[in-house]
Amino acid sequence: MIVFVMAIVLFLIGLYGVLVKRNVFKILIALSIIEYSVNLLFALIGYRRGGTVPILTEGTKAGTFFVDPIPQALVLTAIVIGLGTTALLAAVAVRLYEKYDTYDVRKIRKLRG
Amino acid sequence: MKGMTLIVKCISQLMAPSIFLLGVYVVLHGHLTPGGGFAGGVLIAGSFVLLILAFGSDEVRSQILNWNATAFESVGLFVFWFLAFWGLIRGTYYFTNVITKVNPGLPYHLFSAGIIPLCNLAIGIEVAAALFSIFICLAILKVGDRI
Amino acid sequence: MLTILILLLVLMILGAIVALESKDLLSGVISLGICGFALTIVFLLVQAPDLAIVQIIVETLTLVILIAAILKTTHEDTTEAFGLRKLLVWGLGLVSIAVFLAVSIHVFSHLPKFGYPVLRIAQVYLDQGLPLTGAANIVAAIILDFRGYDTLGEATVLFTSVAGTVAVLRHIGRKRP
Repeated sequence: MIVFVMAIVLFLIGLYGVLVKRNVFKILIALSIIEYSVNLLFALIGYRRGGTVPILTEGTKAGTFFVDPIPQALVLTAIVIGLGTTALLAAVAVRLYEKYDTYDVRKIRKLRG
Repeated sequence: MKGMTLIVKCISQLMAPSIFLLGVYVVLHGHLTPGGGFAGGVLIAGSFVLLILAFGSDEVRSQILNWNATAFESVGLFVFWFLAFWGLIRGTYYFTNVITKVNPGLPYHLFSAGIIPLCNLAIGIEVAAALFSIFICLAILKVGDRI
Repeated sequence: MLTILILLLVLMILGAIVALESKDLLSGVISLGICGFALTIVFLLVQAPDLAIVQIIVETLTLVILIAAILKTTHEDTTEAFGLRKLLVWGLGLVSIAVFLAVSIHVFSHLPKFGYPVLRIAQVYLDQGLPLTGAANIVAAIILDFRGYDTLGEATVLFTSVAGTVAVLRHIGRKRP
């Protein structure tokens, strides 16, 4: 159970970054950390003690001990979606810097143009 | 963004086709070995990103803006949707594996598993074009360009 | 195996803390890279090679994209809170984090132990994956045959995010002040 709690601690570090930090880029890094922790938690839930990779080859006998393949299928697409959202947020951050010349969220207040 | 030294340019010219070939292999053998459409697509995009980083964005600007990279992404998604729709055309439910019902093929060979390799190919093209478009936007685009 | 897993998780936690607290944005992004590469090794240890391949190459591209975004703008972090406001924000943040941690420990003591999952549907997929679909890779059979609709949704989400990125970063149609 201690590995699950450590994954939750990683999630909470990211949550602290989103709540407390004032630099837009640091918020982006914290969101990326939250993403890693959730994927980690899913992959750890699916592990079976003594199991092997869920890929059949010509030599596998019937009744082999496999790891749970469903969490792996869920995380596979989640990783690529994480890259997409990180890229979108980086684009928005670049645009914010070009307009307001700072990354500080307390100075980016007025909605102009 | 300026390019790098001559050694880096030569080595990346030699390595980029190998990375591209590895990406295509991972996509096509997605139903036999670990990998699949997503991993292979990101590898293919990685080989193009390597070339751009080594040669600098100023040199490759004029050629890359003619490629129309976002069109490939739309084509990939449309092919994937059409493969899902094929089940409805055939009379069964959405997303049926129509090829396996007609002609199963031998297991553990390359031409098996029905619709799965075709889906992997469509997803590979879509993911590669998507990530390459993102990198073009961040590194190459200047005022007045069309992508 | 459990000790190596715990050591890698401690490395990830340390990398995450350094990534958030560094003064320079560039070193923060590189610490994020340490976190991601340690995650790749964790995926290999829990017998998931599909995830390891995708994670390592996506991590490399994430680093390239974030460093390209930093090079277009600045790379130092000069925002700091002062005085009473900092104490208030820190206090509230720590209280909420402590409550979350306590509730999650209580929840995880009721879930199955680490290493003994409950396989109800997965047993059917593992036994009948090869005869029903013909694919030897069970994970590929799940994401493209048994649960193909979710993959269609994922492809659409990726397409939408790239459309949004291109639309934000283009210069056409932008009014000059």
